[in-house]
Amino acid sequence: MSVTTIPSPAPRKVNRIGLDAAAYRGSKTTLCAGCGHNAITERLIEAFYELGIEPYRVAKLSGIGCSSKTPAYFLGSASGFNAVHGRMPSIATGAVLANRTLITVGVSGDGDTASIGIGQFVHLMRRNLPVIYIIEDNGCYGLTKGQFSATADLGSKLKTGVINDLPPIDTCALAIELGATYVARSFSGDKKQLLPLIEGAVAHNGTAMLDVISPCVTFNDHDGSTKSYSYVKDHEAPLEDVSFVPFFEDITVDYEPGTAKEVALYDGSRLVLRKLPEGYDPTDKVQALRVLNEAQEKGEVVTGLLYANSQRPTFIDLLNLVDEPLCQLPESRVRPPRSVLDEVMEELR
Amino acid sequence: MGSASTVITEKESQPSRKRVVNDLSIQVATVNGSGSQSANLILLRAIFQMGIPVSGKNLFPSNIEGLPTWFTIRASRRGYIARCAQVDLLVAMNPETAAEDVRGLGPGAAVVYDQKLDLASLRKDLTFYPVPFDSIVAPICPDAKLRKRVRNMIYDGVVAWLLGIDLAELERAVRKQFKRKVKAADLNWKAVLAGYDYAQGNFEKTDPFHVERMNRTQGKILIDGNSAAALGCMFAGVTVVSWYPITPSSSLCESLIDYMKRYRIDRETGKATFGIVQAEDELAAIGMALGAGWGGARAMTSTSGPGLSLMAEFAGLGYYTEIPAVVFDIQRVGPSTGLPTRTAQGDILAAAFLSHGDTCHPLLFPASAEECYGMALEAFDLAEELQTPVFVMSDLDIGMNLWMADPFPYPEKPLERGKVLTAEDLNRLDSFGRYKDTDHDGIPYRTLPGTNHPSAGVVTRGSGHNEMAQYTERPEDYVRNMDRLIRKFETARSLVPRAVIEDEPEANFGIVACGSSHWAVMEARDQLREEYGLNASYCRVRAFPFDTGVRNFIQRCRRVYVVDQNRDGQLCSLLRLDAEPADTVKLRSVRHYKGLPIDARTLTNSIISLEAPA
Ligand SMILES: Cc1ncc(C[n+]2csc(CCOP(=O)(O)OP(=O)(O)O)c2C)c(N)n1
Ligand code: SF4
Repeated sequence: MSVTTIPSPAPRKVNRIGLDAAAYRGSKTTLCAGCGHNAITERLIEAFYELGIEPYRVAKLSGIGCSSKTPAYFLGSASGFNAVHGRMPSIATGAVLANRTLITVGVSGDGDTASIGIGQFVHLMRRNLPVIYIIEDNGCYGLTKGQFSATADLGSKLKTGVINDLPPIDTCALAIELGATYVARSFSGDKKQLLPLIEGAVAHNGTAMLDVISPCVTFNDHDGSTKSYSYVKDHEAPLEDVSFVPFFEDITVDYEPGTAKEVALYDGSRLVLRKLPEGYDPTDKVQALRVLNEAQEKGEVVTGLLYANSQRPTFIDLLNLVDEPLCQLPESRVRPPRSVLDEVMEELR
Repeated sequence: MGSASTVITEKESQPSRKRVVNDLSIQVATVNGSGSQSANLILLRAIFQMGIPVSGKNLFPSNIEGLPTWFTIRASRRGYIARCAQVDLLVAMNPETAAEDVRGLGPGAAVVYDQKLDLASLRKDLTFYPVPFDSIVAPICPDAKLRKRVRNMIYDGVVAWLLGIDLAELERAVRKQFKRKVKAADLNWKAVLAGYDYAQGNFEKTDPFHVERMNRTQGKILIDGNSAAALGCMFAGVTVVSWYPITPSSSLCESLIDYMKRYRIDRETGKATFGIVQAEDELAAIGMALGAGWGGARAMTSTSGPGLSLMAEFAGLGYYTEIPAVVFDIQRVGPSTGLPTRTAQGDILAAAFLSHGDTCHPLLFPASAEECYGMALEAFDLAEELQTPVFVMSDLDIGMNLWMADPFPYPEKPLERGKVLTAEDLNRLDSFGRYKDTDHDGIPYRTLPGTNHPSAGVVTRGSGHNEMAQYTERPEDYVRNMDRLIRKFETARSLVPRAVIEDEPEANFGIVACGSSHWAVMEARDQLREEYGLNASYCRVRAFPFDTGVRNFIQRCRRVYVVDQNRDGQLCSLLRLDAEPADTVKLRSVRHYKGLPIDARTLTNSIISLEAPA
């Protein structure tokens, strides 16, 4: 009988609430290798892991498309709803009204949002419903094999040679215009920027809209496309370096005074923005829209936190909902007593 | 005005007639937007307060102001409250339609009219009562802006004198109508009295129509079906409501908003135990209801035909992913915009199979205000028990007209929330499969988002899924799931409200009807028996899928007339799909689709013509 020494296992890496990263994963992706959407899924996993949020508190919602399949690939033990094409916003609205304590993440595509779903999208933004709304934006319809979507840039070219001759809808400009209170644009390949932006979105109370350029390697990642890896790398104009400081950490971030700005978030977390261009202030709506316009004219993709506003009441505030989730109210609180029916009947006599 | 007092009666053409008591129909013809609604409701209420069964039907155009409107009040000692096609007393206030209205009357009818219109020369077989409305209203109401409305109250007074409506009841009705607005009530009451005095001083009554006090309305209430449904929703504990305005459904959510603001605000916190959203369209309205149903709330939406069409894709999602929601369809005349302010039962087939693929939904058919209330309560229970969207198929006639009803009973049953597993339940179970038929009734178990248990999380999806809710395209998985869904629909048969069946011992044939057709059927059965000696058994269907009683009823009958308020005989088609093959030949479709509520005489005539073809 030989004696072997068992090496003591490497300490399991866990987060603040004692869960390891595997608890934040979902089923295996079925998307194409290299698809930008997979990278966004990874960032979502990291963000929830780092923030130490119990997966069961999250609701994952989506429409239809390659992008909309991704809720199955993160937070496997959270509930999700893969609904119909372009209508995730209404599902989200109902779900949040039913249970205001859920952390609701909606994942959509650019076709799902800007083409078929634009009607519900604009109304969601307008209501400032507390949800995180992520557009995985590849400028085309991946799942139906590469047709143009409404975010495709003017003049961009499909693999088949078809050229887009209509101007794009800028979902960030729309969201800002309509009342979303946390609006950012990023790039699926930019780990460093995307992660804090997602974490900031989770900490925000109100509609957080992230338009994440996410190349479709199968149908729209070639020279003629403005949503390709190479195009974005060459034309990206970051607004700032973003770092996220969660509410439970109080470290000082290394930045040069005078060049950085802090955005305080709802749960006490902060986003620290280290400026690149002079004087960018994400609370200035007019400037945000101007910056987007200018970038558009120059053919640039401006990324970063474009706009943030923590003052505007959310839809839940406007509806004056009780603090408890509506779905958990007991019968005694949702069925008025007999005396009420008697009173109404008396009036009708 | 001397000429105002002329009474034109055509006695020659009207031999002395017997008094007609508590059996008449009054039609008020006005212009939309002229404020006649109050005057009409007061008249109706006064008759109701005299203990006489009464019904009111508003026939209005899709317009805010300027197009013709007719309001019919029927008083019936026998309790008939269906529309009656015959008009006994016409109040002709609309210059545009007056001549046509008069020409359409049957001989012997009476006409109260604005003297300016000079209608008396049109017919010799009617009784005419000309009223100088303008000169009566001017001294009572110096404010010219108010005059247009107050003027209508004068016909209430005239009609009261003609029919013998109790003045004390009329005043009570006026004061009820204007509630706390005492000044308005005083002014309007003055106008009623002026009309009454004018009639008393200037007319000799020569028509035979009278009302007399009786006691058939004691304890009853007057309510429209949409308000009744709204009350049902509130007492069902609805928490999320999303809607998009459309006639004739809007008033359901609007009265729900009123009730909820009064009775569903938390005492201590002043906060709402509900969220009501006016959605951007009906796609969003049903999407929100399904999102909320998925989240575990009692959720609903309300719409009419065009909105129902928009909800099709989501209805299929709700069916296939098995999410509760309640959808009210207050039916109006289609297709397309159709006659948006007229009534029909034209959405039965569309709703039963709303969406693509193999989809079917439970439908409930309320026939009365009581059932709008009761079925609203039931619909929420059923939706959660069955985990599927449930459609309540009301219509404009029930929804927007005032109905006599017995006071609604307080719900005795606790809320039935269906098969929902909590974290503790999951701890006890070895495994959980969202779409597994554990109880062999086709109804699976569900978990709600936010349940703190590692196996609670499910990705609900409209794409193919297996028992564990995982994506699948395997044929066996698809078939198993679809077969379970139809098993669930079979279970629904025993859970939905049963048909109400009245067998006649010596029945010549049977009648099947649903919803608002009921009132005409009731009356038509009497006509068939009294005038033709024909006995009709009756099966009033109250839900789809049909309970077994419906099938058995058809089996027992020699012939069955199926009454539909649509062109295509939609209820009849649905019955044909469900009946025993040998029985389908017994079904004969009787259809009424003019946009007006079906009336007994039309129904009787249709059945007679099919019974004994000329
Ligand atoms: C009502 C409806 N119309 C069309 C489709 C077909 N369809 C599925 S996904 C899709 C486009 C998806 O594009 P996008 O939202 O950009 O997502 P991606 O696949 O690019 O991630 C379309 C048109 C559908 N599912 N439903
Ligand atoms: S088709 Fe395009 S969008 Fe879809 S998975 Fe493949 S790369 Fe991604």
